[in-house]
Amino acid sequence: MDAPRSSAMIRPVCRRGSAALPLVALLSACSGRSIFDPVGPVGADDSKILIDATLIMLAIVVPTILLAFWMAWRYRASNTSAEYLPNWSYSGRIEAVVWAIPTLTIMFIGGVIWIGSYRLDPFRPLASPVPPLEVQVVALDWKWLFIYPQQGVATVNQLVVPAGRPVHFSITSASVFNVFFVPRLGSMIYAMPGMVSQVNLQADRPAALFGQSAHFSGDGFSDMQFTVHSVPAARFDGWAQAARGGPALDRAAYARLARQSQRVPQLAFGKVDPQLFQAIATQQLAPGPGPQPEGPGHAGRALSTGGRP
Amino acid sequence: MFGKLSWSAIPIDQPIPLITSIVLLLVIAGVLALVTAKGWWPYLWHEWITSVDHKRIGIMYCLLGVVMLIRGFADAIMMRTQQAVAIGGSQGYLPPEHYNQIFSAHGTIMIFFGAMPLVIGFMNYLVPLQLGVRDVAFPTFNSVSFWLTATGALLVNVSLFVGEFARTGWLPYPPLSETAYSPGVGVDYYLWAVQISGIGTLITGINFVTTVLKMRCPGMSYMRMPMFTWTALASSLLIVAAFPILTATLAMLSLDRFFGWHYFTNTAGGNPMMFMNLIWAWGHPEVYILVLPAFGIFSEIFSTFSGKPLFGYRSMVAATLFICVVAMMTWLHHFFTMGSGPAVNTAFGISTSVIAVGTGVKIYNWIFTMYGGRVRMTVPMLWSMGFIFTFVIGGMTGVMLAVPPADFLVHNSMFLVAHFHNVIVGGVVFALFAGLDFWFPKAFGFRLHEGWGKASFWFAFLGFWITFAPLYVLGFEGMTRRLQHVNQPEWAPMLYLSAAGVGVLAIGVVCQVVMLVVSIRQRERLRDTTGDPWDGRSLEWATPSPPPFFNFAVTPNVEGEEAYWGIKLKAIESQGLGPEPQYRPIEMPVHSPVGFYTAVFAAITGFSLIWKIWWLAGLGLVAAFAGFVIFAWRDIHEFHVPVEQVAEADRARRAAREALLARLAREGALP
Repeated sequence: MDAPRSSAMIRPVCRRGSAALPLVALLSACSGRSIFDPVGPVGADDSKILIDATLIMLAIVVPTILLAFWMAWRYRASNTSAEYLPNWSYSGRIEAVVWAIPTLTIMFIGGVIWIGSYRLDPFRPLASPVPPLEVQVVALDWKWLFIYPQQGVATVNQLVVPAGRPVHFSITSASVFNVFFVPRLGSMIYAMPGMVSQVNLQADRPAALFGQSAHFSGDGFSDMQFTVHSVPAARFDGWAQAARGGPALDRAAYARLARQSQRVPQLAFGKVDPQLFQAIATQQLAPGPGPQPEGPGHAGRALSTGGRP
Repeated sequence: MFGKLSWSAIPIDQPIPLITSIVLLLVIAGVLALVTAKGWWPYLWHEWITSVDHKRIGIMYCLLGVVMLIRGFADAIMMRTQQAVAIGGSQGYLPPEHYNQIFSAHGTIMIFFGAMPLVIGFMNYLVPLQLGVRDVAFPTFNSVSFWLTATGALLVNVSLFVGEFARTGWLPYPPLSETAYSPGVGVDYYLWAVQISGIGTLITGINFVTTVLKMRCPGMSYMRMPMFTWTALASSLLIVAAFPILTATLAMLSLDRFFGWHYFTNTAGGNPMMFMNLIWAWGHPEVYILVLPAFGIFSEIFSTFSGKPLFGYRSMVAATLFICVVAMMTWLHHFFTMGSGPAVNTAFGISTSVIAVGTGVKIYNWIFTMYGGRVRMTVPMLWSMGFIFTFVIGGMTGVMLAVPPADFLVHNSMFLVAHFHNVIVGGVVFALFAGLDFWFPKAFGFRLHEGWGKASFWFAFLGFWITFAPLYVLGFEGMTRRLQHVNQPEWAPMLYLSAAGVGVLAIGVVCQVVMLVVSIRQRERLRDTTGDPWDGRSLEWATPSPPPFFNFAVTPNVEGEEAYWGIKLKAIESQGLGPEPQYRPIEMPVHSPVGFYTAVFAAITGFSLIWKIWWLAGLGLVAAFAGFVIFAWRDIHEFHVPVEQVAEADRARRAAREALLARLAREGALP
């Protein structure tokens, strides 16, 4: 399949992160691939809240640590010039302050939590003049299936989205729990069998990103990653048109795909059964089979070599 | 006949577990041979294995915990080195089916068989001494608890050699842990090991709640109890509240696996999400079960080494109970990313951050305990200062994870791994090492070598930060946890750094071992003759080191906070100990093999359930129950310690105290 090469607009240095918080940016090594270098509004807001919460807490954490070390140094046993108060163990005023400082900080953080949770609810549609692109995501052992119901195409381990347009993901799993996560797009969410979760994300500009499962799912978990290409809208339409020429994804093809396999190359399918996602999510199609039962040669030890060459 | 068990259960084709198990078996055989050759069996049997003395049981818990910490640390070394070599196309040296067992075993062992036995060991040793009583409420039950915990540890380690361990993580989330996706015996090993030791822990919880509520010496009112005892009570209350949830949850998963039921399965109406809720309804309180006694240890250390009472004692008690209650209300923050909706996430995000208020108050109270003191920078104090630094940062990253939108970026990432090691290593493990150094002279009669202790602290502290600071960075870079190999070559530098950190940490561990060996060799020089080597403030320091098995010749009478400090001040004021008390014979519980006996049959039952050897499982259960029945019909429960023995022990203690007083007077240290 012809994978679109985006114009590689991966910026070489961190921008927001370093402006907002030098410490965090330094820690994240300015690789340009960290969560502090988001390519969309959700990731930007998530990481802003992360940085804000950190700054709020650093404002008391740093003085507290300094106070602890100063206290231990000032009142070291060898410092006889420091006052000695062997029976001093209560001060109402200090007590009031030590309860008040954490309480006020947490009330402030509580506000951030409250507002942030509602504003960045993954199920909440993004405000945009453009209607969202629908993508249905199925976590399989151990690869990702992306179905584009509006285009009638599907891909494996490769997600192509138009830049500047919201994408509404409906996510389920055909086997065990996984988490759908593209670090630089923002919010992750669980993929669970028999359930559909949702997340609304958007890439603001063309970029090549990586996505992964962020929840351990078995032996092939480490390779359960996918590439994300955000491309200009026109190229997206061209790509979808080209993908329609691929092989069909009917229920028989899906059953083959649902078997355990590792390091699955990127695939694209043309004609996709329009009821496929619904059938998987409602478990009308049986969940993917697990590993082969242990052979007589390996009593008690499961052989889940599923699909390994 | 033998269920699923056959010779092929032994991993002949996997060199790492095979060689490890052979070496382990040789070591065990060597130890057994040595004990036999030296004729130590009668001593071990009468004085340790069948002992119901809370101090002996406490020491055995700690020994088990230390051995399991080393086992868990070996797993950690393998994980960090595997991730450092398996980068960019390389598979490293551990294939997924082995690596996945290692991280599952690491978590299971560290929490259930490393940290828990150590924390419970400290509670066992200290709570009766601090309360001024002679034993816990149910001494034989206590022995049963210990041996059931040891059974669990045994089963986990047997899985190395016979079969396999779970490959599902330390909490076996379904549907991955259901038979369909984990057909091997690994999850069954996990289930029965944790189930059996969990019952032991529940009994411990009941035992200590009863002990603290019902068995305090005269004058020891609640608001006079030492801080460690308060935290032990809070922790035991949490055990009683939370461990039944664990038992029920694992029982449901077992029913799914054994009989094909559908509590948590994918299909037929099972709901795997319910497992996550239930397991964390136990799992989050579990964190506080571990960390509250750790807070108690630090409270004792800050106060003793500052030469002052604990600042804001009432505040501390309030903060402890506050944490104890709120700990039961935060579990959902482990899966904000499951899409519960903003209202639920907000509620649990706020309840989680609210815990930080209680913890914050404690931190400030420790800091103000040092204010106006004379702070002695001993090894326990070094660990405590290292704890404040590490734990405050761990608490901060914890609140970051408690903000749902922030959690949406770092949930399940290496950032999370760094966070919980920050609080569990920085909080619990540092406390255990501090407490080990602090109470070792009480238990064994000599101090630990200070130089090696300090070296151990610095290597462990620096090693800890070199290991885990890079993991925070990797979390920001999007790296998720539990990767057997890493496809992103740009993560390599931080993974190398982290592996190097484990190396530094290992030097710290070696220093601890050397410290023990050197201290044992130099024990005469490090001898504590007074029973009060640190100028302590609570009742355990009123006893000789080590204390006699009946703890106190005469039950102490407490007249204020800091019971022993009051007694000491009175002695200093009057320049003497006061008249010799009237000694009486002491009633003590007789030793009992019922704990060990139950554990042997629990181990057989657990093992046969794992391998589905039904007849043997039934036999084991019946035999274990028979042990209880025989125990219930025994005639002799207690024996009397003769007056002469009591008097002799106490006169020696009084002589040592008189000598200490005289020395202090000579040195002009008395007012």
